[in-house]
Amino acid sequence: MTARILRRVGYTAGLPAVLVALWWVASAGSDSFFWPPLRTIVATFPDTWLTGRLGEDVLPSVLRLLAGYLLALVLGVALGVPIGLHRRVRAFAEPTLEFFRAIPPPVLVPVIALFAGYTGSASKVVTIAIGCLWPVLLNTVEGVRAVDEVLVDTARCYHLRRRSQLVHLTLRGSSPQIAAGARQALSIGVILMVISELFGADRGLGASIVQFQRSFAIPQMWTGIILLGVLGFLLSLIFRLVEHRALAWYRGLRDANRGA
Amino acid sequence: MATTEPTTTAPEAAATDVALDVRGLQKTYGGQGRSVEAIRELSFSVPRGQLTCIVGPSGAGKTTLLRCIAGLLDVTAGEIVLDGERVTGPPRGMAVVFQEYGRSLFPWMTVQQNVERPLIERRVPKAERRRVVADALAAVGLGDSGEAHPWQLSGGMQQRVAIARAVAYEPTVLIMDEPFAAVDAQTRADLEDLVRDLWHRLGVTVLFVTHDIDESVYLGQRVLVLSNRPTVLLEDVTVDLPDERDQLGTRGTHRFAELRGHVYELIQRAKAGHRPEDDAGPAS
Repeated sequence: MTARILRRVGYTAGLPAVLVALWWVASAGSDSFFWPPLRTIVATFPDTWLTGRLGEDVLPSVLRLLAGYLLALVLGVALGVPIGLHRRVRAFAEPTLEFFRAIPPPVLVPVIALFAGYTGSASKVVTIAIGCLWPVLLNTVEGVRAVDEVLVDTARCYHLRRRSQLVHLTLRGSSPQIAAGARQALSIGVILMVISELFGADRGLGASIVQFQRSFAIPQMWTGIILLGVLGFLLSLIFRLVEHRALAWYRGLRDANRGA
Repeated sequence: MATTEPTTTAPEAAATDVALDVRGLQKTYGGQGRSVEAIRELSFSVPRGQLTCIVGPSGAGKTTLLRCIAGLLDVTAGEIVLDGERVTGPPRGMAVVFQEYGRSLFPWMTVQQNVERPLIERRVPKAERRRVVADALAAVGLGDSGEAHPWQLSGGMQQRVAIARAVAYEPTVLIMDEPFAAVDAQTRADLEDLVRDLWHRLGVTVLFVTHDIDESVYLGQRVLVLSNRPTVLLEDVTVDLPDERDQLGTRGTHRFAELRGHVYELIQRAKAGHRPEDDAGPAS
């Protein structure tokens, strides 16, 4: 058992360890201004981030990300369910959705800023929410449409009430697909968290990285990029843990079907 | 949905001994300028407590008929009356066991939750609910699988769960749509005996649709043989076998062979396109 866990950890951590080691060795003797040794970058890390920036830059960024992301989840599912359930609503809404989906969300940043203000949190949260909305919404629509019709008939025959149908049939049935959309949305959210701070923001993780770069604080800039990577990794780890628990039935069902 | 017969007041009187009444049922699927006539005319009634089997060649509209009876599909003409009430949507007193057991159980619920869900919807008190669910699972031989998820069970066991759910629902009429078409032969024999056993014990009216001729004769008190599309009733065969049936003895009797042969012949003729009106005049 422990041997198996060790082997799994080895598999998971192996490549990152090798890459970090490679970076460490390859950059060790570097005197390039733009490619400082990894040792220098690591040494700069505590002074850069642990002296207040974590609370004043990173935390607000993460909170904005979470706010926008949750907003997108709620909106995406709330809009996706009726669109997925009713053919008429779908025919009515789908072309419009396809149009808006085709617009890259970063383009909207200046537009949103015009309405919601450049410096406040609102414009950033809105940007993140709009970018995250599409994968959640479109996957919810597909997931709801794909709920097994035999199950729908079963629910009708056994007179599941409206609320029960929504919770125990529609939402549970489409949850694997919603989760797939939510996973896509999370990575889009991280990207937009940074991009939304590139225009006229003075605080935040993304804004900090840009400021370091502009003031030629290169090791500090690198620490910011690493922090960003670690943050994205942690978020997706948390996501995977939640998904693992919530969709245990789905994995079991899939494995059972594969075995048969 | 239009009906021309003025029969809407009659069912009240007959409600005591007729569980299900199908009158002049017609079903035509309409679509983009093209319509398909699935059921031309079907009328039959099922007395309370009877086990009736419906057989027909593949594509005979068995599933269409069943979905109409279950209130899942609107009828084009005629009416279906359950317990004296005209069916316009899934009726309260009806439970359905679908052919696709793997798809009719909620995979995110445990076996127990699957059986319990319809009772929760009917606001059965918790203590009673637990008792009914336990009894139903015990009756199908799954007393200790309540905590498992359906996909952890074999196909036969999954269909037992679906049967337990139907039994726990305490329906007037139990509808089964080719429930054992996808399980292996041995499991199938066990499940057939389970259905006979539950039917005896609960006194429920059963409508059992199958494409298996042997199964229909072995299970039923009566076999309705359907024609091919557009469907009409080819023959209403009474199965006069003794009530006590077992897989080896009953299937070995002379009478079983006769009945089986008769239904087989009807199905062969149905496949060849024979229709009852052919006996009266030339086919169109």
